Amino acid sequence: MSQIAFLGAIEVGLLFALVALGVFLSFRVLQFPDLTVDGSFPLGAAVCASLIVAGYDPYFASLAAALAGGVAGMVTAWLNVRLKILHLLASILTMIALYSINLRIMGRPNIALLGETTVFSPLENLDTPTFIALPIALFVLVVLVKLALDWFLNSEVGLAMRATGVNPRMARAQGIHTNRYILGGMALSNALVALAGALFAQSQGAADVTLGVGVIVVGLAAVIGGEAVMSTATVFRATLACIIGSILYRLAVAGALNADMLGLKAQDLNLITAVLVTLAMVLPGVRMPFRAKRRGGQTS
Amino acid sequence: MTAKRTGIAKRGGLVALATAVSLGMSTMAFAADKHVAITQIVEHPALDAVRNGVKDVLAEAGYVEGKGLKWSYESAQGNTATAAQIAKKFVGDAPDVIVAIATPSAQTVVASTKTIPVVFSAITDPIGAKLVGNMAHPGKNVTGFTDLSPIAAHMALVKRVVPTAKRLGVISNPGEANSVSLVTLIESEAPKAGMSVVLAAATKSGEVLAAARSLVGKVDAIYIPTDNTVISAFEAVVKVGNEAGIPVLAGDTDSVKRGAVAAEGFNYYDIGRQTGQMVVKILKGANPGDMAVEGNAKTDLYLNMKSAKAQGVTLSDALIGEAKEVIR
Repeated sequence: MSQIAFLGAIEVGLLFALVALGVFLSFRVLQFPDLTVDGSFPLGAAVCASLIVAGYDPYFASLAAALAGGVAGMVTAWLNVRLKILHLLASILTMIALYSINLRIMGRPNIALLGETTVFSPLENLDTPTFIALPIALFVLVVLVKLALDWFLNSEVGLAMRATGVNPRMARAQGIHTNRYILGGMALSNALVALAGALFAQSQGAADVTLGVGVIVVGLAAVIGGEAVMSTATVFRATLACIIGSILYRLAVAGALNADMLGLKAQDLNLITAVLVTLAMVLPGVRMPFRAKRRGGQTS
Repeated sequence: MTAKRTGIAKRGGLVALATAVSLGMSTMAFAADKHVAITQIVEHPALDAVRNGVKDVLAEAGYVEGKGLKWSYESAQGNTATAAQIAKKFVGDAPDVIVAIATPSAQTVVASTKTIPVVFSAITDPIGAKLVGNMAHPGKNVTGFTDLSPIAAHMALVKRVVPTAKRLGVISNPGEANSVSLVTLIESEAPKAGMSVVLAAATKSGEVLAAARSLVGKVDAIYIPTDNTVISAFEAVVKVGNEAGIPVLAGDTDSVKRGAVAAEGFNYYDIGRQTGQMVVKILKGANPGDMAVEGNAKTDLYLNMKSAKAQGVTLSDALIGEAKEVIR
């Protein structure tokens, strides 16, 4: 594997670590299987790219993208808690609606950002080549987001949110407005995913409506993969596992791209992903919230 | 002391030997060979035809895989994040030319390298996709081949096949950048040929049948542009055309074999061949920045008599005389 391919895998892995953190919030903390991410990832890219080509500041554009993602997450949560639509179905509804909305936002299926000023433009003028500087910058960003998320999940609000996910009935008995926390948590989750979409569009040169294909599977693979390789007993470790899982997934992709002798190709990747996720879920010692109903508390 | 020194000397010798071996191996593998890496967003008959065209032209020019040519090919399976990683892998491998088929693949490659020559293909609007700033003189490391259909000629063909056509149905995927460019062109060219346009959208190949049915009763003819989604479910359009007696015309000739009554288009294999000729020029030392983005693929007229009967049109002898291929 060449250095550029290796660092490229780290770069894409770090970008998708934000997706993994978002998926961790919805699937793990709130126990809300959320497929909105397949729509909110390209939504972030669409909002960000549209604003950048309209002449707005790229930092403002990225922030606006995160806010748009937050709104998308709230719509899913609202469909669930207010209209009582099954969570999985609610998120699918938002996801397919976002396809049309993303086309409306961009006005066309693809907005190129090649040559535009993006949040990564300052990196191009450094002495360090971009393919090294970009992963470093993303690393700093992802670590900051992770630490902020850790702090949040250990704060009073965060604890209430975790209680909402673990045992909503008990949480309500303690005076927690669970609906509010589901709305807020889903907003935060999809804001992270949309931010990832915005950064992905800026670093890869374009926003495209097809960007969202399979984002949820990749995010989930990162979360589950991270849990398979390390303990997730504390919030600090659990979020760290998301980042590590995401990078490992991208290294596996890069490995598949470079493993000519094994006969593997990029086109086999969907199958490999499915096999990896299945393995991680059936291997003993791995927490299995998808296979069996949990019996309550965090400890097993 | 002496033992230690010999140890170091031995180790130094080993390192030198290893370096020599690895250097020798890398020169053996790469010095004589030209390396062409090709990235494609998804496996699809038209895009695969482009790739085969490139490969065949390279072979004819003496660049045969395994004999003087290292050929790398990856498909991203429709996933842009994978396309980005393929781009990084190729840039890291530093081939002589990277060929990028379809918009998202091309954009990720152009975002990843400013030095390695890039030849894109099957892109309708290279300026809109910001792959090049100038078609005649791209200037940087990127050039390529655009598959923009000659829409004015296609509209004229619709009128020749169905002279009474007043309303033209067009099915496309609003999520495909290429199709959106084409639909804009159709909306400006069709009125010049005396037709109004009725659009139907299909965002997945599974929606094509319903989109085609929605046009029944509203249109006198259906035109299918070079849209990846609709072409992949072209038989659904033909079925509706045959049932309702609406002539179906296409932007590419391969679709005539699948049941369109007529098309005056290019086939994607030829686009691949013409793209391949650009790749050969770069392998021989040409600078992509000096090579104009090429277009104007040569077009041929294809007709399908069986479909003409089923869809209720009579093809004139003049048309049949001009056709390169008539399917009976």
